[in-house]
Formats: sequence, C-alpha cells, structure tokens
Amino acid sequence: MNMLEINGLNVWFGTARDRVDAVKGATFDVAKGQSFGLVGESGSGKSTILRAITGLAPTWSGSIKVAGETVEHKRHKSFFKTVQMVFQDPYASLHPRHSVDQVLGETLHLHGFKDIDNRVVKLLDDVGLGQKFRFRYPHQLSGGQRQRVAIARALAPEPTLLLLDEPTSALDVSVQAEILNLLADLRAEHGLTYLMVSHDLSVVGHMCDRLAVMKDGEIVEIMDVAALQGMQAKHPYSRQLLEASV
Amino acid sequence: MSQTQTLRAWLLTDTPTSRRHAKLSAIYQGWLSFRSNTMAMIGLGILVLLVLVAAAAPILAPHDPFAQDLGNRLAPLWSDSHVFGTDSLGRDILSRLIYGARITLYIVGLVALIAPILGLLVGTVSGYVGGWVDVVLMRITDIFLAFPRLVLALAFVAALGAGIENAVLAISLTAWPPYARIARAETLTIRSSDYISAIQLQGAGALRIITKHIWPLCISSLIVRVTLDMAGIILAAAGLGFLGLGAQPPSPEWGAMISEGRRFILDHWWVATVPGLAIFTVSLAFNLLGDGLRDVLDPKAGE
Repeated sequence: MNMLEINGLNVWFGTARDRVDAVKGATFDVAKGQSFGLVGESGSGKSTILRAITGLAPTWSGSIKVAGETVEHKRHKSFFKTVQMVFQDPYASLHPRHSVDQVLGETLHLHGFKDIDNRVVKLLDDVGLGQKFRFRYPHQLSGGQRQRVAIARALAPEPTLLLLDEPTSALDVSVQAEILNLLADLRAEHGLTYLMVSHDLSVVGHMCDRLAVMKDGEIVEIMDVAALQGMQAKHPYSRQLLEASV
Repeated sequence: MSQTQTLRAWLLTDTPTSRRHAKLSAIYQGWLSFRSNTMAMIGLGILVLLVLVAAAAPILAPHDPFAQDLGNRLAPLWSDSHVFGTDSLGRDILSRLIYGARITLYIVGLVALIAPILGLLVGTVSGYVGGWVDVVLMRITDIFLAFPRLVLALAFVAALGAGIENAVLAISLTAWPPYARIARAETLTIRSSDYISAIQLQGAGALRIITKHIWPLCISSLIVRVTLDMAGIILAAAGLGFLGLGAQPPSPEWGAMISEGRRFILDHWWVATVPGLAIFTVSLAFNLLGDGLRDVLDPKAGE
C-alpha cells in the first residue's frame, strides 16, 4: 500500500507576470514504511513539494493522496495527526519564548491528548533528551538538541508520515550523524514512512530506499538507492550530480 | 549567606526542574542584566520613588494642597514652611506637586493600559490575517496618524467635555496608531517564520497563534515603546491641562499648575518652573527605564 501518492503536482508562487512555477508536474509515490529521498540543487523545488503536501504553500494543483485519501486544499485537523514535518533550521523552528515543555505540551494539547505530562516525558526519552532538558528554553540548547526537540514535536501526534526538510543541513558534521541515526532508529521503532529532502547524496544514500532527482522544478529521474550506489543514473543531470558528490 | 548563595544558584541553573522554576529563573536573569544598566536603574529608582510619594501623599504633604492663604500669595522658594513657595492663591506648591503625582500616575497608567493593548490587537490581527482586513485596519490607522496628535486630542476633549477621564481617553485614542504599526510590522516577520509554520501544522487556529505565539514576541517591543512614549504622554496630558482641557482647577495637575504660573513667569518664575521640573524628571526617568528595558526584553538579545 502506498502511504503517499503524488500525481502531476504543480506549485507556483505569485500571479500573472510575477508567477514562478516552483514545481512542475511532479509524480511519485512512497510505499508504507519506506524512506524516500528528494535530491537536487537549491531552488529545484524539493522543499516546496513538502510545503505543498502540508498546506504551507497554498497554491498548488494536481493530486496528493495520503494513506489512500485525497488531500483537499483546506486540510482537516485529522490530516496533521497523520502527516508531520521537521524543518530545516532548528534555530528558527522553535518559538524563542517557549520552553521545551511548552512546545511539546501545547502540541499534545492541540491533538487532544489527556496524559500530557507522561507523554512529554516519553517523547523526550524517545529522542534521546533527558528530563533535565524539559524546562529549558531554546537559547539554552545546542543546535542538535533543538533539532531533537523539533523531532519530538513532530512525533507528538503519533504520525505515520514524516516529512524531513533537510533536517541536518544546519548542524555540524558530528551532530548530523547523531540526528540521522536517531531518525533511522525512530523509523524502525515506530514504523514511520519518511519523505526526506536533502542536497547531500551521501545522507540520502544512508537514509533512503528510493530517491527522486529534481532539477528546475521537475523530477528528472526516480531510482533505487542500489542504483545510486552502483552509479547507474540514467539521466545526464543525475549522473553529473553523482559524479560531483563522489 | 549560604542561603542566598544557594537561592542564587537555584535561580541561575541551566537545568530547571519545574515550570515555575524555569519562569523564575528567566525573570531573574532578565533582572540581572537590567540591574547592570546604571542609567536604567536610576530611572527605575525615580519611578519607584514617584509611586511611593503618590501613595503616601497625605503623610508627606506638609499642607493641604487646596488650602488657600491669600495673605501669603506667591511666596518665594525656601520661605517659611513652604519649601517650593506658594502659588497665586497662596497654596503650598510642594503639597500640590505631591498630590499631583497621583494624577500623573493615574493618567500614565490608564493610557499605558489602553493605547498599547488597542494597538497590539489591531496590529497583530491586521498583520496575521492580511488581505482586506489588513487594508481596512491599516487605512483606519493611517487616518488617525494623519492628524496632529494634540489637535486630535483637543477635538476629542471638546466633543467629550473637559476633565481628566476624557483627557485620558483622548490621549489613548491618539496614541494607539504607532503601536498598531509596530505590532503589524513585527507580526509580518513573525508570521512567516518556521515556528509559526510548525504550530500551524499542529492544527492551531488563528486566535491561538495570535494570542499565544505572536503576542509574547510583540509585547516586549511594545513595552519598550510605551516607556519611551511615556514622556510624550505626560507632556500631552500636561498640554491639555495647560490649555484648560484636562484636569480642572483646583486639581493639582502638573500641566495645569504650569499654565497657572505662566501669568507670573517673569516676576515669580518658580510657580511654573517647579512643576515643569517635576514633569521633566519623570519623563526622563521613563526614558531611561525604556532604554534599559529594550536591552533586556529584545527577543534577539536572548539568542
């Protein structure tokens, strides 16, 4: 069964003469439990696809299906119980005046959970942050710790599909590996499906089962990670990308 | 000694153990950085003194501020039992100043409550909702901004009738548009940030996002702006008093006292100068406090 099916997705910004087509006719699907990567250079429309799925980019056409259900432009609250997103920059994705406890507590409250205290404790354990971090504010945390909090927030509603928007690109190398391992463990533990955006082919090779290569808003090639590791890209652009990253 | 040491350590910890602990610790750290600003502490000191004086006015005032003594009119500074002299009706100026502190605080307090809250409401809704709501609210703001402040306040007082409550209302109605502009500008930058996107992805509604996520970030810059505007508010209130549209005689409002003393300013300069100095001191204190608060409350400073 496919967790996510995207068919002929177009996303644009602005109107008439200022219109910019960020994504043109993207089509791919992600099976349940799979990890799918979107790679490409900056401005190729990778992140925009994630924003269109979550509704943060409101101007899109085409069809998006999550767990077999067609997604409408106006999303129902239950949608956010299935799909969650981790943002690129952990320095920008946490409210500067809210403590970790407030961030997680409010998220749980919004999703109608009752045993908030227990769940906050469990979420912090899940992402490898101890209880001593519970009442800290973002400025008292390092980048890696902040990203763990952001991951905990995304896991709070117990989603099945997690959208990862370059979750490690703002972190330094040693912390990157920790976060990637955490994400891999969480996927195995909770049976999550990942849609991961990255410009780093080695990260995608480590994390994903399949991947799509994007250029100028279009998907030029979809391949398996085995093909990536065997350097068997067909499209000239993906071959170029592969060679550049070796 | 060791007790205070541990309390200090408890407040400065990096690992708070409860919600209350985290809040208190954040407040204490703000206080520490505020305390290191000498000028701001001087401003705070003057204002605390003003509040104490206003509260203890009946005890501190040497005379009844309304008691006239026509035989002792316009007594000079340091004359018998009248440190700051007497005014044209022989009333003790020091006592009137002390009681006037109450009126000043009353005006400042009410305006500080009404204007920023109105501005915050209009500005954040306008900035967050956008579209035609933004256009309508901002054009209304523009209309209010287009009038010179004192002229608009004069028009309101003329329509509502003279008196201290109406002066407060008039000043508030003319003071809110700049706050709305600030709040809107801040909201526009906050609205597009990732943490607002993140809470939108949890299904939060506009009301929750505005009140719980945008307000806390706007309030600090508004508080700073209010303290910096306080001087202007005191002067506007004094100006209305001076024109006879604010506090009515015999109420010892500082602006009204200046206006009264103006008639003798060449021969008996202290009658107008002493309340003028009081306005100056309090305005300065608010400005110093505002500068210090800006350093503490600026959300970027915490990063």
